[in-house]
Amino acid sequence: MVEYMIKVRVRCFAAIREIVGVSELFVELPEGSTLMQLIHLLHGQFPQLQALTGSVLFSVNREYASPDTRLAGGDEVAFIPPVSGGADA
Amino acid sequence: MLDITDQQLSLEPLVNAVKRSSSGAVATFLGVVREQTRGRQVRYLEYDAYREMAILKMRGITDEIRGKWRVDEIAMVHRVGRLQIGEASVAIAVSAPHRREALAACAYAIDRLKEMVPIWKKEVWTDGEEWVGPGRCEHH
Repeated sequence: MVEYMIKVRVRCFAAIREIVGVSELFVELPEGSTLMQLIHLLHGQFPQLQALTGSVLFSVNREYASPDTRLAGGDEVAFIPPVSGGADA
Repeated sequence: MLDITDQQLSLEPLVNAVKRSSSGAVATFLGVVREQTRGRQVRYLEYDAYREMAILKMRGITDEIRGKWRVDEIAMVHRVGRLQIGEASVAIAVSAPHRREALAACAYAIDRLKEMVPIWKKEVWTDGEEWVGPGRCEHH
């Protein structure tokens, strides 16, 4: 069985950008993936993001979105952290 | 006029942009960088914005305002980049036929902007730093 992949763009701001090290990422996911699956994938890649989870909101295509939102190829996703740990927060 | 800029802010261009012949009042708000925050000495602030979404959310706020008050025009500009103490981070101007609507709408605009517009500030203190974002900014 062929698993089709989609590619989404992840914009990174503020503390997220400092953790990830770049202002945007392109991530491939199996078709039908949800925002939550993308979040888990990024948490695996960047474990420091997990420390932010409790307070982070997410956007898909520039609107606030819930983690069960299904992603499509070309979607633009961002993490919107209200507060995050800085050097000694 | 809704914008995110790395240039210095002043109220005058916003006031001029919102004035209409029907306007009897222009209410303004200017947020400035304060020397102390939560008891800590600020060295400088660094603002970052999700520009495209921030402008969409600002437009949403202007729609909310028009649903609540009779106003003529609304202008909101937020600065990004590194700001020193005393520099303006956000400027708002609202014109309306009458002062009550202008004042109420201006207060509403800054409250909503801080609640839901994706703009972050990194507070850099003499003894550490922290990013602060929508919903958690202290009021100026």
